[in-house]
Amino acid sequence: MAWFKKTRKPIEAQEKPSSRVPEGLWVKCPGCSQAIYNKDLAANMHVCPKCAHHFRVNATERLRLLFDGEWVEHDANLVSTDPLKFTDTKSYSSRLKASRAGTGLKDAVIVGSGTIDGIETVVAAQEYAFIGGSMGVVVGEKITRAVERALERRCPLIIVCCSGGARMMEGALSLMQMAKISGALARLDRARLPYIAVLTDPTTGGVSASFAMLGDLNIAEPKAQIGFAGPRVIEQTIKQKLPEGFQRSEFLLEKGQIDLVVDRREMKSVIARALRFMGATPGHPAATPAPAVAEPAAQA
Amino acid sequence: MPAETLDFEEPIAVLMKEIEALSMLPKTDARQSEIDSLKRRIDSIRGDLYRHLTPWQRVQVARHSNRPGLEDFIQRIFPNFVEIHGDRRFADDHAIMTGFAEYRGEPVLLVGHVKGRDTKEKIFRNFGYARPEGYRKALRAMKLAEKFDRPIVVFVDTPAAYPGIESEERGVAEAIAVNLREMMMLETPVIVIVSGEGGSGGALGIAIGDRILMQEFAIYSVIPPEGCAALVWRDSGKKAEAAEALKLTAPDLLGFKIIDEIISEPAGGAHTDHDAAARNVDTALGRALDEVRALDTQTRLNHRYDKFRNMGRLGFEFVEEL
Repeated sequence: MAWFKKTRKPIEAQEKPSSRVPEGLWVKCPGCSQAIYNKDLAANMHVCPKCAHHFRVNATERLRLLFDGEWVEHDANLVSTDPLKFTDTKSYSSRLKASRAGTGLKDAVIVGSGTIDGIETVVAAQEYAFIGGSMGVVVGEKITRAVERALERRCPLIIVCCSGGARMMEGALSLMQMAKISGALARLDRARLPYIAVLTDPTTGGVSASFAMLGDLNIAEPKAQIGFAGPRVIEQTIKQKLPEGFQRSEFLLEKGQIDLVVDRREMKSVIARALRFMGATPGHPAATPAPAVAEPAAQA
Repeated sequence: MPAETLDFEEPIAVLMKEIEALSMLPKTDARQSEIDSLKRRIDSIRGDLYRHLTPWQRVQVARHSNRPGLEDFIQRIFPNFVEIHGDRRFADDHAIMTGFAEYRGEPVLLVGHVKGRDTKEKIFRNFGYARPEGYRKALRAMKLAEKFDRPIVVFVDTPAAYPGIESEERGVAEAIAVNLREMMMLETPVIVIVSGEGGSGGALGIAIGDRILMQEFAIYSVIPPEGCAALVWRDSGKKAEAAEALKLTAPDLLGFKIIDEIISEPAGGAHTDHDAAARNVDTALGRALDEVRALDTQTRLNHRYDKFRNMGRLGFEFVEEL
């Protein structure tokens, strides 16, 4: 016989505070907790109108925000062959499939060319929704081709960084993409063509230790996480808490590691002014001075 | 030779204890011959073990505390070494050592990570974890070599760049990135030897060159196996599985064309015989240096660019639709 007669009610899941708002019509700002009408947010370049919190935007939207109008996509049909045949709890090839289905992209970067304030420009934008924006051989190849395209057309290059770093599932081959892209950027640099890196949340690991830090200008969006080592790895190493705001744009600006922090709504205008300073003018992408040293033979 | 053995070398450790016990007793001819036969058995077991190392065992060998590093190679094949210090900006990093020496009678610049052997040294060298100043010192020294047209020899052996607050504050990402870009353009021959742990960006930051050589049991990886295991399996104990999946061994990397050549090691690994290890490094290095020195500067730079430009070519393909 039981000691207690009173039978317990099974614990029921608490009813969710039912929202009477249809899904996706309103979003709550993580910055100021205010509800924002989704259309207002989109019209405001996905920046909270109240507190200027920058929501993450996808690669397509990035290109749309920068280019004047029409733009042409390049090398859209490159896909990874899973060179390591990497499998952990799930196979890498199934992760790729899921990301392709989820984003409609074939890998984690979109490269396009078009005009910015009339200046012909090549832009690469990384896609965070595709395996954390990680850089494997496809991202490495597409960005390298973007650099080479800029070199060939003698026009400026912009890379909008948004990535957790190298793609672990492609092993040392991913690591080598850092070298490959940086090598191509060396040629762009010697040819005196403008390159601007736009650092958005997050720009970390192998991406930060290669093209993200090699711009003639490195421009960050407000409060973006930018750094080489992951905060958890650092905390475990030094066995202490990290200071508030560590590895955020404003922290890096204060430490002299980036050139400027620019609100997304001002980004295009600042980039256009920078490109003009660097000698690029509408209709005359090649208006930069000839390089002082002979250019090495262009690679296929 | 230190008696430090790795966990998979257990059969050797047992025999070594036997030898130790025997050599404590008064010496007789019978005992001596027994010791000799035990030594032969150790050699044969060790040879067997090292012919069939798993990726994780290779990681352990690459991290062995007695593994020969830059300083051991300096002693054996680079006479008249003069160390140069500091990045002329902030500090002298002790995890990366730079200096000039002679190699086969010619001046060369040496750059390499140093991990330190005993505890005191390890702390001084920060266990081979370089801060931004290390990478900046390396580039400064390499520019010096370029100015005076001297070849550069790099030894890579680091767990990673130092993950600490000051590293981030002083721009470790920028320091590595600039090295990648500038090393690609150095107008002097650069030979890189991955001699121990090639720990991701911290290794790559000094590892751009005309030839990338790798010692047989060295590793080169985008992430340490423990880190990979913690990330995907949420269990750092799965490091052996991770080491397997990451394809970080010298034969794997040769297959991916990330390295050009494997430098063979003495039967039980470089840590058992520094002299033999150094002789093999010497042979490979001498040949590589002769080959790249024979090229004119522009051709050499184009080859260096193409080498890295083609990395990953076997990892992607074009498709019409999926």
